[in-house]
Amino acid sequence: MASTALLSAAGCGSDDDQTSSKTLTVFAAASLKPTFTALGTRFEAEHPGVKVKFNFAGSSDLLAQLQQGARADVFAPADSATMKKATDSGLAVGKPIVVASNTLQIAVPPTNPADVNSLADLTGPGVKVVVCAPQVPCGAAAQLVQRAAGVTLKPVSEESSVTGVMGKVVSGEADAGLVYRTDVKAAAGKVKGIDFAQSSSAVNEYPVAALRTSADADLADSFIGAVAGPQGQRALADAGFRVAFPAE
Amino acid sequence: MPAALGAAFILIPLVAMVAEVDWSNFRALVTSESSRAALWLSLRTSAASTLLCVVLGVPMAMVLARNDFPGKQVFRALVLLPLVLPPVVGGIALVYTFGRRGLLGSTFDALGLQVAFSTTAVVFAQTFVALPFMVLSLEGTLRSVGRRYEHVASTLGGRPTFVLRRVTLPLVLPGLTSGAVLAFARSLGEFGATLTFAGSLEGVTRTLPLEIYLQRESDPDAAVALSLVLVVTAVLVVALVHGRAGQRRNDGERT
Repeated sequence: MASTALLSAAGCGSDDDQTSSKTLTVFAAASLKPTFTALGTRFEAEHPGVKVKFNFAGSSDLLAQLQQGARADVFAPADSATMKKATDSGLAVGKPIVVASNTLQIAVPPTNPADVNSLADLTGPGVKVVVCAPQVPCGAAAQLVQRAAGVTLKPVSEESSVTGVMGKVVSGEADAGLVYRTDVKAAAGKVKGIDFAQSSSAVNEYPVAALRTSADADLADSFIGAVAGPQGQRALADAGFRVAFPAE
Repeated sequence: MPAALGAAFILIPLVAMVAEVDWSNFRALVTSESSRAALWLSLRTSAASTLLCVVLGVPMAMVLARNDFPGKQVFRALVLLPLVLPPVVGGIALVYTFGRRGLLGSTFDALGLQVAFSTTAVVFAQTFVALPFMVLSLEGTLRSVGRRYEHVASTLGGRPTFVLRRVTLPLVLPGLTSGAVLAFARSLGEFGATLTFAGSLEGVTRTLPLEIYLQRESDPDAAVALSLVLVVTAVLVVALVHGRAGQRRNDGERT
């Protein structure tokens, strides 16, 4: 914080003449939090006088806030459906750029007590499986992969967010859960991720767009450029995303 | 003036919510199968939790009101802890107690009782957060009633169970009732501990607050309509308790 303030004081006038102190507000999906926080710090360092502020929440919550008049510069929800609502209602301007995608993985406790190795194993007797409810994006994805694999899961709980599923797998209450690949990566060893072929039938895209309420469209665009650029893409890949613009 | 402001702070959001209700579809929204399943589950589990609160809370209130022992203040603080804990924290604590890998999980397993992801888990979560209301309400009443009539009854030859049944209980009935009603209301509104500990499955663990939270994602109209059902229930419950409190004041008592 202090160093940013110093930078903004020192960097006054280095860019355009009105760059003395600006705030770029980014509304981003909760799953982007680790990557975007790091990107924001780097962006501030590269753009003296700019402070990047984030609002991380569920995509539909963010959209609701924007629709109710919240002001922001950049919107990065976790699915194209939410972005479409934003563009259809004129909130987002320009064509959204898809910067990354996410697929589902089976998460199991590190010891894998129910010996799960495939989607079909989740239907085994006594296997306690937790998924997202169909009403939320990760639940819709879970339905798609079940259809593709021709299996029907009988979950012991349908959570309203992927964090709910993770919590139940991490605590060992559940034998397995369907979560995003990035969630497994972020849990850093507290759960084991198991790939399955049908995950490709539910690819979740992450679009980014500038918002009409932005006071500085150029700055919003350059942040989007940073996310789509090599550094942003590398950070997203490190977090477990499949990136839209790989390095080579 | 600040009082009016305070009242407005509580009333205006409720009015704003009522204004959002889609009245033309209200019936359909609150009587959908998932809504009815959630409401029925909420009523059932809250009733069970209230019963548990009476069974567990009455002895605790008696001990707190009638005995002096070292560490009593600490004991009372612990009993009241669920009031100030975030419900999610309560849920996490319950997971590590009654969960499959929890402290008592294997014991319960051996008894053939699977708590994880069951309706029992919902009742446990609700009881955990509602119990302090029962204890607080009854302890206050027990203190204000005092022990005079009990002494008289026992010196006249009443046996302890007789005294409890015919003297103590009638005297503290208002406190017991308002405690039970408050515990029921708190159970009905329980959300965080249930979601964390019990999970969310239609007909098994998805109570009305969980259903509202989920409907918000896909059908905000249904969420608002169901919220109204909860608000009306809560208003009825509070009115019931308040009426009782007023009655007690007329009897020269205070909670």
